[in-house]
Amino acid sequence: MPTQFEVNGRAVEVEVEPRMSLADCLRHELHLTGTHVGCEHGVCGACTVLIDGEAVRACLTLAVQVEGRKVVTVEGLSSEAALSPLQASFRRHNALQCGFCTPGMITTAHALLSEEPDCDADRVREVLSGNICRCTGYIPIVEAVLDARAAYKNGGK
Amino acid sequence: MKPAAFDYAVPATVAEAVALLAQHEGAAKPISGGQSLMPVLNFRLAAPSLLVDLRKLPDLDRIVVAAEGTRLGARVRWRDIEKSAALAAAGGQPLLCAGIEHVAHYQIRNRGTVGGSIAHADPAAEMPGLAVALDARIRIVGVAGERVVAAADFFTGPLSTVLGHDELIVEVLLPAWPAARRWGFEEFARRRGDFALAGAAVWFDLDAGGRAANAHVGVIGLSDRPRRLAAVESVLNGKLPDAATIAAASAAASSAVDPLNDIHASADYRRALAATMVGRALTTAAAR
Amino acid sequence: MAQPLRKPAADKKRYVGSSIERIEDLRFLRGKGTYVDDVILEQDVLHAVILRSPVAHGRIRGIDASAARKIEGVHAIITAEDIIASCGAVPLIPIRLHPIPVLEPYKQPVIASDKVRHVGEPVAVIVAVSAAIAEDAMNAIELDIESLPVAADVASAVAKKDGALLFEGTDSNAPLTYTAKKGDADAVFAGAPYTRRERFEVQRITAMTMEPRGLMAVWDTATGTLMVYGAAKVPFFNRGAVAQMLGMEKDAVTLIENDVGGSFGARGEFYTEDFLIPFAARHLGRAVKWIEDRRENLLSMNQARECDADIEIACDRDGIILAFRGTMNYDLGAYPRTNGLVAPRNLTQFVCGPYRVTNIDLSCRCVFTNKTGSGTFRAPGRFESNFFGERLVDMAAQDLGLDPVEMRRKNVLTERDMPWALPTISPSIVPNTSDTSCDSGDYRNTLDRCVQDFGWAKKRELQGKLIDGRYHGIGFGCFIEGGASGPRENARLRLDKDGRVTVSVGSTGVGQGLETVLLQIAADALDMPMDDIRLLHGSTNLLREGWGSYHSRSTVMGGSAILNGAENLKAMIRDKAAALLGCSAAEVHVAGGEAVSPKGNAVSFAQIAETAHIEVDGTFASHHHTYAYGAAAAHVAVDPGTGGVELIDYLVVEDVGRAINPLTVHGQVIGGTVQGLGGVFLEHLVYDSEGQLLTGSLADYLVPTATDYPQVRAVTLEQYPSPLNPLGAKGAGEGGTIVVGGVIANALANALSSLRVQPNVMPLSPMRVWQMVDGARRKSA
Repeated sequence: MPTQFEVNGRAVEVEVEPRMSLADCLRHELHLTGTHVGCEHGVCGACTVLIDGEAVRACLTLAVQVEGRKVVTVEGLSSEAALSPLQASFRRHNALQCGFCTPGMITTAHALLSEEPDCDADRVREVLSGNICRCTGYIPIVEAVLDARAAYKNGGK
Repeated sequence: MKPAAFDYAVPATVAEAVALLAQHEGAAKPISGGQSLMPVLNFRLAAPSLLVDLRKLPDLDRIVVAAEGTRLGARVRWRDIEKSAALAAAGGQPLLCAGIEHVAHYQIRNRGTVGGSIAHADPAAEMPGLAVALDARIRIVGVAGERVVAAADFFTGPLSTVLGHDELIVEVLLPAWPAARRWGFEEFARRRGDFALAGAAVWFDLDAGGRAANAHVGVIGLSDRPRRLAAVESVLNGKLPDAATIAAASAAASSAVDPLNDIHASADYRRALAATMVGRALTTAAAR
Repeated sequence: MAQPLRKPAADKKRYVGSSIERIEDLRFLRGKGTYVDDVILEQDVLHAVILRSPVAHGRIRGIDASAARKIEGVHAIITAEDIIASCGAVPLIPIRLHPIPVLEPYKQPVIASDKVRHVGEPVAVIVAVSAAIAEDAMNAIELDIESLPVAADVASAVAKKDGALLFEGTDSNAPLTYTAKKGDADAVFAGAPYTRRERFEVQRITAMTMEPRGLMAVWDTATGTLMVYGAAKVPFFNRGAVAQMLGMEKDAVTLIENDVGGSFGARGEFYTEDFLIPFAARHLGRAVKWIEDRRENLLSMNQARECDADIEIACDRDGIILAFRGTMNYDLGAYPRTNGLVAPRNLTQFVCGPYRVTNIDLSCRCVFTNKTGSGTFRAPGRFESNFFGERLVDMAAQDLGLDPVEMRRKNVLTERDMPWALPTISPSIVPNTSDTSCDSGDYRNTLDRCVQDFGWAKKRELQGKLIDGRYHGIGFGCFIEGGASGPRENARLRLDKDGRVTVSVGSTGVGQGLETVLLQIAADALDMPMDDIRLLHGSTNLLREGWGSYHSRSTVMGGSAILNGAENLKAMIRDKAAALLGCSAAEVHVAGGEAVSPKGNAVSFAQIAETAHIEVDGTFASHHHTYAYGAAAAHVAVDPGTGGVELIDYLVVEDVGRAINPLTVHGQVIGGTVQGLGGVFLEHLVYDSEGQLLTGSLADYLVPTATDYPQVRAVTLEQYPSPLNPLGAKGAGEGGTIVVGGVIANALANALSSLRVQPNVMPLSPMRVWQMVDGARRKSA
């Protein structure tokens, strides 16, 4: 089934079975392997991408459902030239170890900070409670997100 | 965990959607946010041959708060409820808002819908429990036309409702909420956002003498479907909602529920949780 | 407080000891990590799924794949029959640690042939053009399995209930018992002024790595060689094992380590799939990929921790611990796996923990049951034994009317005691395994620091109090962390044409920041910027032989091998530079990427590399474990109405000898603590009496999330470097986890002291806590 949508600012068209998840489509049809698959039942958050700016679970979204939508993955929030302020904050705070949950943390945090740059620690924890990390114990991730707020205030990124 | 293959349709109208569902005689399933349905399909617990995506159906995502009551379109998402100024304002639906705060997580809240949750009918989910506690009415459309079913009559068991194969929920109607109403919501889950081990959604009005009237005590996760506890309501009605009454109501809650045993909670433990949740919700309500 | 040793002169180095931001992060943050499922090949790749037994114990009567074979896109359905035809017999997985002879009949076949012994045991491999189609085919296969009696727990297995015997030709499901002996425990118990005996239980859990397992095997028909992506932890051992099973030369098999999404001890040990997927690739002459899904992962990845204990402590009236005695059972699941014996062995050795105990008689019976095999999970046997020991110490303190912290202070090892021999374990493999003597330290220092930083004296006022409807309690615990197991690690250093150095090491990355830490060590040793060094690790084509990452060994073993290699590299550089500089090699000074003569003439590494091929080996061998140690304290509040427990504060203090990168060490301790907390409160693999797993998804198997334990603090000390390696470092990846059970259970007991509950059974779920409270209230009513 042909489906057209936008990924990281680029128009794409894929021809996939209806049963293919957006996560699998991004990874295997579009070779954007930054989005990770950790559970396929909507619990772990490693597959989080943005659809029209909202964080969603790509493992519970069918590729055919994003017809006409704008999808952004962790690759779309990255540049080779430099780490984004959010990414640099993660690095500074040692907010990742094995890296598997990290893309989902980045996309989720980006969505949160874009909408709520004044969020407090409780709100950050609440929002990130939908992303499992097995390595860090979360504390450095929360610190990293809080530290990145400044970059999102006044509309900056 | 890839699902079995299925076809996929995106009808433009409710009539078209209903016709597709009818045509496939139970082998088709509607999908909206997919937050409950996709895990079921990925685990291959179900294998529909057709998914009917509701995303193009117009007018199903509105929240209307009016004097005669609140209307939630079936495709209203948890995020929409969270962000709705009308629902949060005076004259809105505070108990609904409080309960919905406990639903799932950020990403799921951007996709999961009122209609989807009610149709899925997980006994430990918040929305079905709130629907029963709030005297919601569910507006349904099928090939035979439209019907409205009271939430109390809608749920028939775990993951089981009166919805026919050809039927779609289009709207959930909530009675108007008087500002003076006392209410409370308490839930106990293992972690934030998990399904409730036990929850209570309670409200009552006060008569001229300050006594509870029209008490509604709804429970979540304590039975095979969301219920109101009539035995507890009758302890409350006509009495001052003081500590003694609340204690009696809690005790009644414990005996009034017939909870399931599962790996997370034994029946005895759930009975104790029923008492605790109802007691705390009533205490909050009385203190408003 | 004892005087700490002076830090080594390495202070003046640039990188070691600094909180360097991780190199790995640059790719992980951008989504540019390459985990096995991200590897893209030029050729088409087929996908494999595994058909797994739905019953826990049975005889396979038939496998009907006729309908499955007809599905378009299916390339092969492989069963034991195909493997026997190719290999002569179904290969058995070797026991890496410790291959005690009595375990021979219990070794795990790479596929079930005549019988299945646990739900999830592989029965067939289905290979198709996509994972979805392979799953379609898998669901179309009909299995005929005749059920046999199931022994789903230790008691049933030991009793051979209903005749349940897992291995034909044996007469027992519990063939092996480890014992730890020191002194004469029986004599001590006979005359001890105080003894207390208790039973404890710890539940079964799983590592739940964020990345499920996966492999991609590529068979090159032209050369008859095999390349396998997705190796982890112990690639060299696995390479040898799979080559032998396939009847191939080791050199014809290459295992490539990609980025790894967590291990915690469970990933990388030789699983059935480590044979099945390469076999499938050879069978089809193709590239075959298998990526586990989460349901499979919860069911099939090495499980851990399930054990019970019946232990006594003997003390004198002043609280000096005189002896430990007792028996334990460890539930190994259906097979010993490659390393399943490590946990019961450790359990036996570490009940005495960090305490000066000279009389010990402990045994641990290893029991096979009809469940997935258990392996090691972070702090194997150590978390469990610490829980047992720390509970008994607290109970003794309570009974004797002593302060629990003071009692510990009297008993923990001090500088004077070092080296302190832990009890020897038997059976053990000859030649002897590593020497297990605590190497250095004064364990009172970490205890004192923890008491101070936690605010123990002040918080004690809350002990057992009911405040706003919740009971408050604080608890304490001490621990040792063994690490750096031998026997050896290798490195190879090469000077490249551009003047940079490539370092290859046998250690493997599992998310712990290996690259950064080893680069820090290499950079200081070579006196070069980190950016001028490339670090390669894990893959078997880098070195002739390597060992890997387990038991928190890679900083010590890999790092020390690199130090050795760096010295050898500098020596060779001096040699070659001497010729260019016209002086003797001894006079050449190597630093900053160049070699300088006494007269001040310099040649750059690039210039030297043009004249000669410079490549050297480095190695480090050790049979001594290192012992980091510490103490922890926790403050909990218990809601008696729900059994819910809030962790209000938690502090762990650990002396790791030398922190190569304080930032990453701190991360390991926090992460390890939160994993420990998950094991205490949330995580539980629940099996029913038929051996069916009831917690088959992440909705039921609960791990900590960001809202659960926001208040965890850690302090790292470096007062006592290890004398056993040139870095002075001690393995420190598991300490955070070790002490959590004991500390939390003690805090909970103290919170509920008015109800006199004894939290001796894990997990301390809300239901269990409520049951303890409710039970206590009924008793007193």
